[in-house]
Amino acid sequence: MIIAAIDSYLEVAPLAWRDAVVQWCPEPTQWLVHHLITIVAILAVFGTLFAFTPLAERKLLGRLQNRLGPNRSGLPWWQNGPKLWGLTQPFADAVKALTKEDIVPAAADKLLHFLAPVLIVAFSLLTFAVLPFGRHLVPVGLDAALLYFFAAGSATELAIFMAGWASRNKYSLLAAMRALAQVISYELPLILSVVPIVLIAGTLSLQDIVLAQGFWTFGFLPHWFVFTPWGFAGFLLFLVSALAESNRSPFDLPEAESELIAGHLTEYSGFKYALFFMAEYFGLTALSGLGVTLFLGGWQAPCAFLQFIPSWLWFMGKVIGMLLLFIWIRGTLLRLRIDQLTRLAWQFMVPLTLINLGNAAFWSLTAGWTGPLQLVRWGVSLAIIVIPFVLLGRRLSAGRHPRTYRYAAS
Amino acid sequence: MTFALIIISALILGCAAVAMALRNLIHSALLLIGSWAGVAAFYLWAGAEFVAFAQILIYIGAISMVVLFAVLLTRQGDAPEPVEFPSLSRFVTGLIAGGGVAGVLIGAILGMPFDVRTAQSAPALSVKELGAQLMGPHAVSLLVIGLLLTVALLGAVLLASDRRPDQPEDTP
Repeated sequence: MIIAAIDSYLEVAPLAWRDAVVQWCPEPTQWLVHHLITIVAILAVFGTLFAFTPLAERKLLGRLQNRLGPNRSGLPWWQNGPKLWGLTQPFADAVKALTKEDIVPAAADKLLHFLAPVLIVAFSLLTFAVLPFGRHLVPVGLDAALLYFFAAGSATELAIFMAGWASRNKYSLLAAMRALAQVISYELPLILSVVPIVLIAGTLSLQDIVLAQGFWTFGFLPHWFVFTPWGFAGFLLFLVSALAESNRSPFDLPEAESELIAGHLTEYSGFKYALFFMAEYFGLTALSGLGVTLFLGGWQAPCAFLQFIPSWLWFMGKVIGMLLLFIWIRGTLLRLRIDQLTRLAWQFMVPLTLINLGNAAFWSLTAGWTGPLQLVRWGVSLAIIVIPFVLLGRRLSAGRHPRTYRYAAS
Repeated sequence: MTFALIIISALILGCAAVAMALRNLIHSALLLIGSWAGVAAFYLWAGAEFVAFAQILIYIGAISMVVLFAVLLTRQGDAPEPVEFPSLSRFVTGLIAGGGVAGVLIGAILGMPFDVRTAQSAPALSVKELGAQLMGPHAVSLLVIGLLLTVALLGAVLLASDRRPDQPEDTP
């Protein structure tokens, strides 16, 4: 009984604190304070998460490569003090980015050169507004939340173009074109991989999509969409597209260090460069949050008896898990070439997402099948996606083995 | 509410006017995109949430790229060419073309039986109802548009794929 009371208090605690502050303010400013607190909370939580994600990435990549990673930064003015396992590294990085000289090329379009990083950070932050962080924690409960998410994300293309063009550097412009080709190519499979969810859940509201996954078989088998054949395929397609959308390895060729020096960001330095970096991580976090919401049950607990843990902790835990998975992928896979990248998008991902849409339609049509027919339903649904996957993969990789090197000395 | 409408219309018209006055085509295109964003804000003001987000996704996300790529790929020479001094014939043709478009638009607006209500009283249509409307009474138009877009996509693929199959993409 006491546990239940604490649980329900923890569940609404952030809202209760916000309302307490709002009550304390004078009447005419209450709506403004209400929204400002929501915005500041999102900025604080995800800003902190952003500060520590690169540190986690460097640490984890270090461990994956049998190194230690950053472990030197301790506390300032305390030479022989505790090292804190390098946990203060983000603050050192922030000070470095802020104090670096901001170089703008003489021929650059000054206004657009300044506007591009601002725009990309602003739009990548806008996407957080509709994610359901908990049972009661939805900053903006929109009816068309999913559409809003992709609409806010689509403006990053504009910012990439502005960054490349305003630098007045032909290599920046060429690299921006490459980056745009990648982002536009992968936006299609990204959106198409999400459509089956809308088809099954019958709504564009993210909170309703989470609620549609809140059931358990025998109390411990969650009804998340990822545990269905179409959902699993959709999740994998979503994962690959999300990696490419946010310029993460193995699709990080727009700013690959060895091939082109930071691509469309060549002419950016200091804090503006850090803003692009920030936008990339915000975008990655937001896409992780969307993936968690759509496929991994959002804030729902994996087992019925684990519901005593507040729902927003489950959400954040799942998002951090997704981020660690992305870092692991970066430490494991090799970078693709640009023609391989676009071929993967148009010849492999797009057909598979379309087939998966048909798969979801089959799943929703056979919702009434019970007993042994249930097994048939699973088998057919699995076959619909696995057979095209194998056939398409065989066809596309035919004649490409063994690999030959035309330009490099073997 | 009216105050917000005035700001939004000022944004739309201001962006469009400055876009016409500028000599740099990329700046004009970016301001045109700002004008489209203003149209999306107007849809939001009018309570048409779905249409507003679709406007942003399609116009600012996709069509803007087509416009910008077209400007970049069709310009000859590397320096941004200033547009020539306006001559009389240019003025007249511009007036005829612009006047024709304006005439068609104004005629269509005047011929439309508008159901005038205040913004508050009109109930916002939910996405589900919108979908039911599109899939029910307006299914034919949706199918026709889908067919048209598919044909356009196939045409684009056909135009782009003049490469012989025995010559793979990465051949130097």
